[in-house]
Amino acid sequence: MSEPPVRGAGRAEERAEAAMSEAETAGRAEAGARELLEIRGLQVVFDGFRAIDGVDLTVRQGELRFLIGPNGAGKTTLIDVITGLTRPSAGSVRFAGTELVGRKEHRIVRLGIGRTFQTSVVFEELTVVENLDLAATFRRPLWALLRRRRGVSDTVAEALETVGLTDLAERPAGVLSHGQRQWLEIGMLIAQRPRLLLLDEPVAGMSRQERERTGELLTTIAEDHTVVVVEHDMEFLRRYASQVTVLHEGRVLVEGDVAQVRADPRVQEVYLGRTAEEAA
Amino acid sequence: MSERVRGYALFATVALLLLVVAPLALPAFRLDELAKYLCLAIAALGIGLAWGQGGMLTLGQGVFFGLGGYAMGMYLKLHDAGGDLPDFMVWSGVERLPALWQPFGNPVVALAAVVLVPVAVAVLLGALVFRRRVRGAYFAILSQALAAAFVILLVGQQGLTGGTNGLTNFYDFFGRDPEAESTQRTMYFVVAGVLGVLYLLARQLVGSRFGRLLVAVRDGEDRVRFLGYDPALVKTVTFAISAGMAGLAGALFVPVVGIISPSLLGVVPSLELVVAVAVGGRYALAGAILGAVVMNYAKTSFSEEWAGGWLYLQGALFILVMTLAPKGAVGLYQQARDALARRRGASAAAVEKPGVAVKEEVPA
Repeated sequence: MSEPPVRGAGRAEERAEAAMSEAETAGRAEAGARELLEIRGLQVVFDGFRAIDGVDLTVRQGELRFLIGPNGAGKTTLIDVITGLTRPSAGSVRFAGTELVGRKEHRIVRLGIGRTFQTSVVFEELTVVENLDLAATFRRPLWALLRRRRGVSDTVAEALETVGLTDLAERPAGVLSHGQRQWLEIGMLIAQRPRLLLLDEPVAGMSRQERERTGELLTTIAEDHTVVVVEHDMEFLRRYASQVTVLHEGRVLVEGDVAQVRADPRVQEVYLGRTAEEAA
Repeated sequence: MSERVRGYALFATVALLLLVVAPLALPAFRLDELAKYLCLAIAALGIGLAWGQGGMLTLGQGVFFGLGGYAMGMYLKLHDAGGDLPDFMVWSGVERLPALWQPFGNPVVALAAVVLVPVAVAVLLGALVFRRRVRGAYFAILSQALAAAFVILLVGQQGLTGGTNGLTNFYDFFGRDPEAESTQRTMYFVVAGVLGVLYLLARQLVGSRFGRLLVAVRDGEDRVRFLGYDPALVKTVTFAISAGMAGLAGALFVPVVGIISPSLLGVVPSLELVVAVAVGGRYALAGAILGAVVMNYAKTSFSEEWAGGWLYLQGALFILVMTLAPKGAVGLYQQARDALARRRGASAAAVEKPGVAVKEEVPA
């Protein structure tokens, strides 16, 4: 309904610009500037509470975007809307030109959007390799799944390698530690071969070492994927983020690179300032 | 690999027992009873698939069992009547053969309907229920209500279904006397064979990627959606397969026992079958079969000695299994085997290389 004034003006310009550059640079490496995800005028209301109140957000192909904000800012809700878990009351979410609002969760995945959850959910009874294999084969028709899995497919082996779980491949996922589960989830995400990855607080509850490994993993993945990360952890953000969007009370407060965002007084007021105080 | 070899060895042993030892050792009367248990085991196998693997607690499997049984019974009745009306219709004052009965005069149609009608009903139900994300206890209650409604329908339509008496008094089963010992013997082998084939097929299904997907749906339906699969479709397909099995079981039951009636497929028989699967071990297909055979055998023997006592024993057994051994008899067996292997492995490792046994520990 009410567009945040900060973003409203620049939006149309930016879009026109993007469209132009797209026409000009078709085929060139610069095509990375194409908009992959476009969220416009998004609103989510839960029992009268505006969890998201007019958010506009654009994620370009190849970008690594961090979504931050204090509790209740609407970060996870935003991811839930993109992935079809929550229906917005207004607005649109377009992915590579396709409207996502109103589509079922598995259909959205089939369009090429994968996500993880704050509390990782892996299938404990299945082995690590079976978890990954399941993630890798969803594009096949159901009848093609009636055959037994023979060996490990390249996609799965690659995902195992990337997340460093090759040694645990044949163990049931139930025995994994919290950090390993998160990596398995990320591995499953990679095995899905999505065009857009949404990670919801991937380092929450992790040890320092695990955070570092996750950060490295994230950097590797971001090389050839478009990634959106919801994160709470400021230290992690400083080290691994490039583009940051700050959400506050269901609106986009600021958008820019890490230095810009950290320097912004409004951000310091609602978010960084408080953290800095806490840290001091 | 050895797990698989052991599985086949066990299957071969059971097949030998059922196909060679039992027919030689058991008197005709007992063999006939065993055939009945094996029919129920076919339906139990379907429950094992839907409930144990897929997490769909289906308390109304009797509906599908009944649909298969009635399809078979209707054909036999029409065949016996030889162009006239079946006997019970005459007694009920029905004058013309109802349209519903017409196609069942054809044996091919009737035999196809044995499987296809239950499958069709299950697909319809699954499409309605699973798509709306009805699951858990709500699905269980719904399936049970369906069994209750089905019985009421059957009893109420005396002229169409034979009412409480159901369909019975068959004189000709594909050119043979259904009461004759040789027919009963043949039927025993047919039932055992069908059970064996279905068991192998179900095992194949469970071991396939679809089987892994089914377990994933059972343990995290919402997560499966975000892997790009439609859980409703996976559940509907599995539910339909289990319904088809129950239908086939019901159809085989008719020549073996000589009757199909509402009291054989209502809420109580449906529940008894689920209890049997739980006692045998729902997470293993073999557990479902074992449970159905052993529990029904126990029911018969017990009722011969102390009529009415069985109900208490069955209830007590169910409570015990649910609280102490939720994986049933097969689970207990696996637990014992693992404990034994661990002790043996630990002592062997201690002798050879101390400390190696803890290498299994996951590195942090």
